[in-house]
Amino acid sequence: MTLAVLNIDWQTLADALALGAIYALMAVGIGLVFGVLRLVNFAYGQLVMAGAYALAFASQWNWPSWAGILLCFAVVLALSVAMDRLVFRPLRTQSPAVMLVATFAVAYLLQSIALLWFGPLGKIASSLAPLNRPVVISGVDIRKIAIVAVVVAALCLVALQLLLVRTTVGLQMRAAAMDFRTARLLGVRADRVIGGAVLISGALAGVVAIMLTVQTPLVTPDFALRDTIVVLAGVVLGGLNRPVPATLGGFAIGFASGLLGGALPTNQSQYLDSFLFAAVILVLLVRPNGLFTRGRAALERV
Amino acid sequence: MRRVANLTQLAGPSVLIVVAALLGTLVSTSSRGYFVNSLVEVTIVVALYVFIGNSGVLSFGHISFVALGAWTAGVLSVPVGEKPAIMPNLAHFLRDTTIGNIPSLALAAVAGGVLALVVGLPLMRLSGLAAGIATFGVLEIGHNVLRYYEKIGPGLNTFSSVPETTGLFQAAIGALIAIGVAFAYQRSRFGRMLRATREDPSAASAVGISVYRQRLGAFVVSGVLAGLAGGLYVHLLPLNTEALYLDLTFLTLAMLVVGGASSLWGAVVGALAVSALDSFLAQAENGVRLPGFTLDLPGGTRLVVVGALMALVLILRPSGLTGGREFSLPRRRA
Repeated sequence: MTLAVLNIDWQTLADALALGAIYALMAVGIGLVFGVLRLVNFAYGQLVMAGAYALAFASQWNWPSWAGILLCFAVVLALSVAMDRLVFRPLRTQSPAVMLVATFAVAYLLQSIALLWFGPLGKIASSLAPLNRPVVISGVDIRKIAIVAVVVAALCLVALQLLLVRTTVGLQMRAAAMDFRTARLLGVRADRVIGGAVLISGALAGVVAIMLTVQTPLVTPDFALRDTIVVLAGVVLGGLNRPVPATLGGFAIGFASGLLGGALPTNQSQYLDSFLFAAVILVLLVRPNGLFTRGRAALERV
Repeated sequence: MRRVANLTQLAGPSVLIVVAALLGTLVSTSSRGYFVNSLVEVTIVVALYVFIGNSGVLSFGHISFVALGAWTAGVLSVPVGEKPAIMPNLAHFLRDTTIGNIPSLALAAVAGGVLALVVGLPLMRLSGLAAGIATFGVLEIGHNVLRYYEKIGPGLNTFSSVPETTGLFQAAIGALIAIGVAFAYQRSRFGRMLRATREDPSAASAVGISVYRQRLGAFVVSGVLAGLAGGLYVHLLPLNTEALYLDLTFLTLAMLVVGGASSLWGAVVGALAVSALDSFLAQAENGVRLPGFTLDLPGGTRLVVVGALMALVLILRPSGLTGGREFSLPRRRA
């Protein structure tokens, strides 16, 4: 293992950074909804999957890439609003465990619908493929998407931070995340705050869908499923209760996953998931409330 | 009178199993597989129930106990002569031993229990979401290792050549054992203590119950049952790692939730109901003739319907079909 760690080259590092950036966005998407609804959305990956299918169909119909991106956002946003109305809203008063199982069911439902409609073989989303070519920076080949992913993620996070800090809706969202009942008593409108969080989280899923399809253009029904599981682990690892630790957790696990994937020798790289999740379990044992949180959080959340 | 009521709670699910098994003897041999399969699924769901139902803590990791049980029973019961063909990289002590049906099932149960103990010792300290995600980690690691570590099994290949001893009889006995163990556990003082921690962890620890120890106990018991179910499963049909992964986790959780997670009756009813629906849809995917018309559903409809059903039950009736109550006979007016 120690020798393997030294094998990391700049390319691996750049790819790991990009994966971390994408996972950080997914973590924010999951964390925002958790903040206002106390609901861990297991079906987040299926939003990404739907967006990816939109991109794949757009490239199959030879649409220009901007139209494909628009279609992707339209599909993902519509689906997140539908999910909120049909599933999250009736479940709002349930315990977090029930909600987690329910979103698990929704995830499976959406995945099997995709399987039913689009078949198991998958479609190719190729309209943004040029981004996958490398640029040479001081002798090192770095894929353009790595740079794009890091920049886009940074921009999204800054924009989100501004929204949360500078606007009324953002303030209300933060208040709701702290204490929903008190916030409502003080005049925050629940539907508006939840709707805002769901929309932003959906938009982020759209961004993630675009960047993941550049990296892996083959879109199958289980697209982004593994990523969601890993990101969920990362979010819990960082600390679900607050947005910044959740984001850091998502980034950390994406970065670690990318680094391990590049650094493990080939005969061990098939055990990547084992190493990754073993590390997650170890960290959870030492810091059950999250790696990047201070103090003790509430004892029993689910 | 109390004792009679208690025994009714055990008799309800058991009678259901016997009826399902007897129904299975009446149908054609080709459909009999569905009945056997659903009895094995009952065993898995009852195993899940012992932990999730009594403790109220979610676990996504139990299918890895099932998988280890299946691997243990499978690798030990393939005849020695056929081992090199399907498992060329097997470790020496596994290559040279073959054991019978019953010992392999017993060892499968032991393996499931030991893994649950090893995993539970650290993990049961966690609660809530951390526990849910950590058990997911267990599932991922278990799947990953069984898939690629070819010294202990067929790796990516399918477990063929395992003697197919799990018929209706063996599956029914397995399910009845699981129900008996689950019933005995939930009536025991340990089961009651764990149920107290489910209702109110703080109050339970205030009267001196160790939440950690009670959860660990239930985890091991349910690991034993899950391992046994895995053994039964591998003796039923050729399995591979993908059959013991997310799909099965989803299906069994759906069964538990649809039936009602907080009672044994709910676990059994949910497992049988969803399994019956699932089998019917699997038939319909190949075309089934109903009075008046032929139902021919496209492949993949099963999971859509089961997923929708699970979401609907959670939204409309979160405590499940049985409302989380145990079986009782309708009371006669005196």
